[in-house]
Amino acid sequence: MSESAVSIRNITKTFDGKDFVLNGLSLEIPRGEITVIIGFSGTGKSVLLKHILGLEHPTSGDVVVLGKDLKTMNYQEIIDFRCRLGVLFQNAALFDDITVLENVCFPIIEHRRNIWKADKIQEVATRKLNESGMENRHFHKLPGELSGGQRKRVGLARALALDPEIILYDEPTTGLDPILTEMVDELIVATHAKNKGSTSIVVTHDLHAAFRIGQFIVMLDKGRVLLQGNRETFFKSDIPLVQRFLEKGFKKE
Amino acid sequence: MIKGWLSIREKVNASIDDAFARVGHFVANFFVEAGRVVLFFLDAGKLIFARPYRIEEILKHIEFIGNGSILIIMLTGAFTGMALSYQIYLGFHLVNATNLVGPTVALGISRELGPVLTGLIVSARAGGAMAARLGTMRVSEQIDALDVMGIDPIQYLVSPRLVGALVSMPLLCGVFDFTAMTGAYILCVKLLGLDEAIFWDKIQGWLHPRDIYEGLIKSGIFGLIFGSVCTHRGFNTTGGAKGVGEATNSGVVNSMVLIIVVNFFATNVIRFYYHMIGIR
Repeated sequence: MSESAVSIRNITKTFDGKDFVLNGLSLEIPRGEITVIIGFSGTGKSVLLKHILGLEHPTSGDVVVLGKDLKTMNYQEIIDFRCRLGVLFQNAALFDDITVLENVCFPIIEHRRNIWKADKIQEVATRKLNESGMENRHFHKLPGELSGGQRKRVGLARALALDPEIILYDEPTTGLDPILTEMVDELIVATHAKNKGSTSIVVTHDLHAAFRIGQFIVMLDKGRVLLQGNRETFFKSDIPLVQRFLEKGFKKE
Repeated sequence: MIKGWLSIREKVNASIDDAFARVGHFVANFFVEAGRVVLFFLDAGKLIFARPYRIEEILKHIEFIGNGSILIIMLTGAFTGMALSYQIYLGFHLVNATNLVGPTVALGISRELGPVLTGLIVSARAGGAMAARLGTMRVSEQIDALDVMGIDPIQYLVSPRLVGALVSMPLLCGVFDFTAMTGAYILCVKLLGLDEAIFWDKIQGWLHPRDIYEGLIKSGIFGLIFGSVCTHRGFNTTGGAKGVGEATNSGVVNSMVLIIVVNFFATNVIRFYYHMIGIR
């Protein structure tokens, strides 16, 4: 088994044949750690996330996730592969016509209905929701009736429903107030601690979150890795763009 | 003077070129888009037969498209039947041929107005809802969420809607035919005083079951048309609430235009087929 959860080798991506969103990006995301990917807007963070999920394919280069090259997979292999990943979307992306509990049951029913009975599925979904901090009294509400923080919790419970090996967070704190931001950060750390051996990848432009929760931090610029390492690497760096990013990020406080 | 004339000529030439370019662009775009919709339709059609079968979803959409449209179809059917029969009555009254009102209305409704109006009404109601729903799911990342859960969004969202439209439309067309004929009967026999026996007898003599099948088959085709166009538009929505509005608008408008155009060709193909097998 390779050391890296995700191994990205010299990938490029262009949508129109001219502008490269990702431009020779190489990155090894370590297993079992919280990796935070930061960068200014438009540096290719979200596109990189889509490549890891297999929603986009690189124009050139390889993406190897959990030891599998996404290019060589067939339809069934991609489905099986995606069950090993969990994603918390920016706005949780809950299905708005079904209840909270049904939202979490949904992926389990889709992939485990032949092996688990309905009781077991409901029991697992209830446990996942409780672990994410949702109380039982909210289970039969529709997502539209929940607050922003509660939606995130349900989104996380759904992402964790199939016990994924990699959990990806797409801008988890964008648009949230400072208290909620802290709550989500704590939730990410707590979830990571609970799911032993799992790898967490957080894509954000929130510098505070990056330094608070990130064990391995990657900064992107112009579709490439500008700097990677732990907090100290960043504070010691003399790259002007990194210094500017740190300056701007911490000035807000 | 000559210089001025030349510059006018250049401008005229440029605007003619521009007009040709625009027409060319429009035609090219039309075929590209039509090709995309057809590929999308084939993709979704193939996935109807892939496991896991989405029976529950299919039933849900038959209920939404079919059951949800019955009232509006009955209402429009009855009034269409009454208005059409009244106009035909007025025309035939002039040549003393009111005994032919019944069968003329019956043929017109079962072959043309039934399927076309059902197609237009249901594409506005259910097609619009499909495009808006899928568009909202796209912009709120719910479709991406399905994808990353290892669930094929086309199989889960699009295929059941296509089956729903295909199954519901002939049923609704039947309802339309029935209520339109009831409306025509009430108007002609009860209000205008036509002889009831002649009204029904002539219909029975002239209207063949294949005329009704023709309408039902066409309505099924229209179901597939608005189903594929509207789901394609919704599924490929970009750009927030504005995008959802545009997808819904263009989905419904394109479906309606396509239904009317395809109806003409479908009528001709069916007529040609009847001609080939030696029926009137």
